Amino acid sequence: MTELLTVSDLAVSFGEVRAVRGVSFGVAEATTLAIVGESGSGKSLSSLAVLGLLPAQAQVTAGSIHWDGRDLRACGADELRQLRGTDIAMIFQDPLSALNPSLTVGYQIGEMFRRRRGLGRDEARRRAIEAMTEVGIPDAARRAGSYPHEFSGGMRQRVMIAMALALDPRLLIADEPTTALDVTVQAQILRLLRKRQRDGLAMIIISHDLGVVARTAQSVVVMYAGRAVESGPVADLYTVPAHPYTLGLMAASPSARDAGRRPQPIDGYPPDGAALPTGCAFHPRCPFARQRCRTEDPELRTVAPGRTSACHFAEEVLSRGGAVGHPRA
Amino acid sequence: MAAQSDTPVLELVDLVAGYRSRQGPLGRSRAVRAVAGVNLAVRAGETVCLVGESGCGKSTVARAVVSLLRPIAGEVRFDGRDVTALDRAGRRDLRRQVQLVFQDPYASLNPKMTVHDLLSEAWRIHPGIVPRGDWDAEVAALLERVGLNPGHATRYPHQFSGGQRQRISIARALAVRPRLIVCDEPVSALDVSIQAQILNLLARLQRELGVAYLFITHDLGVVRHFADRVAVMHLGTIVESGQTEQVYERPAHPYTQALLSAAPSVDDWRAQEGEEIVLRGDVPSPLDPPSGCRFHTRCWKARDLCRAEEPALVRRDTDHPVACHFATDAHVVAADGH
Ligand SMILES: Nc1ncnc2c1ncn2[C@@H]1O[C@H](COP(=O)(O)OP(=O)(O)OP(=O)(O)O)[C@@H](O)[C@H]1O
Ligand SMILES: Nc1ncnc2c1ncn2[C@@H]1O[C@H](COP(=O)(O)OP(=O)(O)O)[C@@H](O)[C@H]1O
Ligand code: SF4
Ligand SMILES: [Mg+2]
Ligand SMILES: [Mg+2]
Repeated sequence: MTELLTVSDLAVSFGEVRAVRGVSFGVAEATTLAIVGESGSGKSLSSLAVLGLLPAQAQVTAGSIHWDGRDLRACGADELRQLRGTDIAMIFQDPLSALNPSLTVGYQIGEMFRRRRGLGRDEARRRAIEAMTEVGIPDAARRAGSYPHEFSGGMRQRVMIAMALALDPRLLIADEPTTALDVTVQAQILRLLRKRQRDGLAMIIISHDLGVVARTAQSVVVMYAGRAVESGPVADLYTVPAHPYTLGLMAASPSARDAGRRPQPIDGYPPDGAALPTGCAFHPRCPFARQRCRTEDPELRTVAPGRTSACHFAEEVLSRGGAVGHPRA
Repeated sequence: MAAQSDTPVLELVDLVAGYRSRQGPLGRSRAVRAVAGVNLAVRAGETVCLVGESGCGKSTVARAVVSLLRPIAGEVRFDGRDVTALDRAGRRDLRRQVQLVFQDPYASLNPKMTVHDLLSEAWRIHPGIVPRGDWDAEVAALLERVGLNPGHATRYPHQFSGGQRQRISIARALAVRPRLIVCDEPVSALDVSIQAQILNLLARLQRELGVAYLFITHDLGVVRHFADRVAVMHLGTIVESGQTEQVYERPAHPYTQALLSAAPSVDDWRAQEGEEIVLRGDVPSPLDPPSGCRFHTRCWKARDLCRAEEPALVRRDTDHPVACHFATDAHVVAADGH
C-alpha cells in the first residue's frame, strides 16, 4: 500500500535537549497507525512536527516528512496552514484550548465551511448541524447555539472531532483523543473514528493506552525516551513483542478481561530528557540488559517482515514469545 | 489477599451527601445530591473498590468518609459508631485512623516541606504515636517501607518523580498507623509502568500491616487485579456490588455490562467490530437526575417501569446485590446495546 504520509528519522530538539531522537512512521489511506509511549516520550512533539506546529523554542533538527509526494520540511508556513485546513486535520490533547469560548459551537464549525468552502451562512449552518449529528451529539440543531462551556467534556471532544472531520480530510492526527473521557463515551468516539477509517480516512492515533490502540490501529510505533524502539503490525506486536520495553508495557497494563494476568511493574523510572542514560536509554530498567547495552545505543533494525526493534537482543526477546497471546473467544 | 474479619471498619448506611450549587451569577442555589443513598462496608484488612465514571460521586463518598463533608442524611460508621456522634477525642482518633491519599501527588504535598517534615508532621499533631527521639529512625523506616532511599529525607517534593511522590504520600498516610486508607484515584496520573509499582506497594503494605483500603478509581483493569470486592457507582447510587470475580464474570446490571464491555484492554486486538456495548447519549447531570432508575435514559433495556420506579439494590445470589428491574446475567445480553 502506498503511504500518504511518510516520516523518516525525525529529530526534534529544545536547544540542548533532544526530545525526539529519530522516529519513523507512515500511514496509508483507510488505515490507522498508533504511536504509543509513556508521558514525555515524544509522541505529541512528533505529530506536531509533521504539521509545523512545534512550540517556538523547538526545532526539527533532522529527518524528512513527505505528504503525498511533497516534502513538508521544505514548505512555508502558508502552505502548511493550507494543508492543515484541507487535507490534514488534527485533534489536540486539550479540547477546550482549541475552541473559542465566546462563539457558539455551531458558528465555529460553520465558519470552516464559510472560510474554506465559501458557503453562505445558512448553508454553513446546515452543514455544521449535519457534522454535529454525525458525531452523535443529540439534538444538534438546538445544541449548535450553545457555547463550549455549556458542553460536557465528552460532548466537547465530539465537537472537536466534528470540526476536524468537517472538511473531509484525508488524514486525521488525534493526540490522546479519548484520554479525558469516560469509558462509555470513549467507546462511542472510538467506534465513530473506526467507521471513518473504514470509509477511507487515514489516521494517526497517539495514546499511552495499549487497550485503546488495540481497538483502533492496524500498526504501532512504540516510543521510549524520544526514540521509536519498536514498530510493526498490531497483531504481531501484541502477540510477541520484539523489544523489552514493549514486553514490559504489555505486562504492566491491567487487563479488565483476564483475571490471571496481574500487572507487573517495570522497575525504575523513565529517564529525564536532559540526562539520558548512556548506550540504550532503556538499559537501567531492562531485564535483558548486558554490558553492551550500557555503551552502545542499538539501532532500529528490521527483525522480522514488517517489524523493527531497537534492541541488541531483539531475537532473544522474540524467541521468548507471547505477552498477551490470548485473544477474546 | 489479606486476612479479613467480619467486623466492618467502615460502614456507609443510606448515605446522602452533596453540595449547594449556584446556577449562573444570579441563579438560586440548589442542592446537588452527589451521593444519593449509598450502602457500603469495608472490613478490616480488605480492599473495596468504588468504580464509576466522572462525576458519579466517588470523591464525594471519600470526602464524607474522612469527615470533610457532613452527610445530609444517613450515617458514616467507623468501628460501628456514627462518626457525627463522636466527642472531641473520638474525632481526633478518627482523623488518625482514617487517612486519605489523592490522585495528584503534586498538589497534595506541601512544596516547602522536606520529606522528613511531611512524614513527621502528624506526629506533632498526634503525640504518642512516635516519641520525638525516634523520628529520624521512623522516617527512615517509612521511606524504606515504601521503596524510597532513606537518605532522601532532606529533599523536597519537586526533587522526586510523580511515582516517587505518590510513594511519599503513601508513607505519610502510613505514618499515623491508620486502619483504613481512602485512596482517591491514586494511580490515575501515573504512567502504566509506574502504576503497577504503586499497586504492588499498596498490596504489600496491606499484607504487612493489615490496613484496609477504600480504593476509588475509574479504571476497570486496575479494579480486577486489586479489589477483593467492588461497588459500581452510577450517578450517586451503587448499582451493583459483590466479590470482584463474581461481578466481572457475571455482571448483572446493564450499566456494569456496558462498562466492562467498553473498557479497552490489551487483550482486545482481536475484538470484533460491534462486540462492545455502546451506550447512546450523554451522562445525565446529578443536578437533575432522571426519574425512576437513574440509568434509564441510556439503558437499552429500559421500559415504562424503569422511568417510573427506582429499583432497589436487591441481593440475587450470595452477596451480589443489583439495582435493576430487569437484571440478568452477562451471557444472555445482546452484543450491541441498540
Ligand atoms: N464543591 C462542589 N460544589 C458543587 N458541586 C460539586 C462539588 N464537588 C463536586 N460536585 C458535583 O458533585 C458530583 C460528584 O462529584 P465527585 O467529585 O464526587 O465525582 P467523582 O465521581 O469523584 O468524579 P471524578 O471521576 O471526575 O473524580 C459532580 O456532579 C460534581 O459536579
Ligand atoms: N514546550 C516545551 N519546552 C520544553 N520541553 C518540552 C516542551 N514540550 C515538550 N517538551 C519535552 O519534550 C519531551 C517530549 O514531549 P511530548 O512530545 O509532549 O511527550 P508526550 O506527548 O509523549 O507525552 C518531554 O520530555 C518534554 O519535557
Ligand atoms: S539494547 Fe539492551 S538494554 Fe536496550 S532494550 Fe535491548 S537488552 Fe535492553
Ligand atoms: Mg502528549
Ligand atoms: Mg473524583
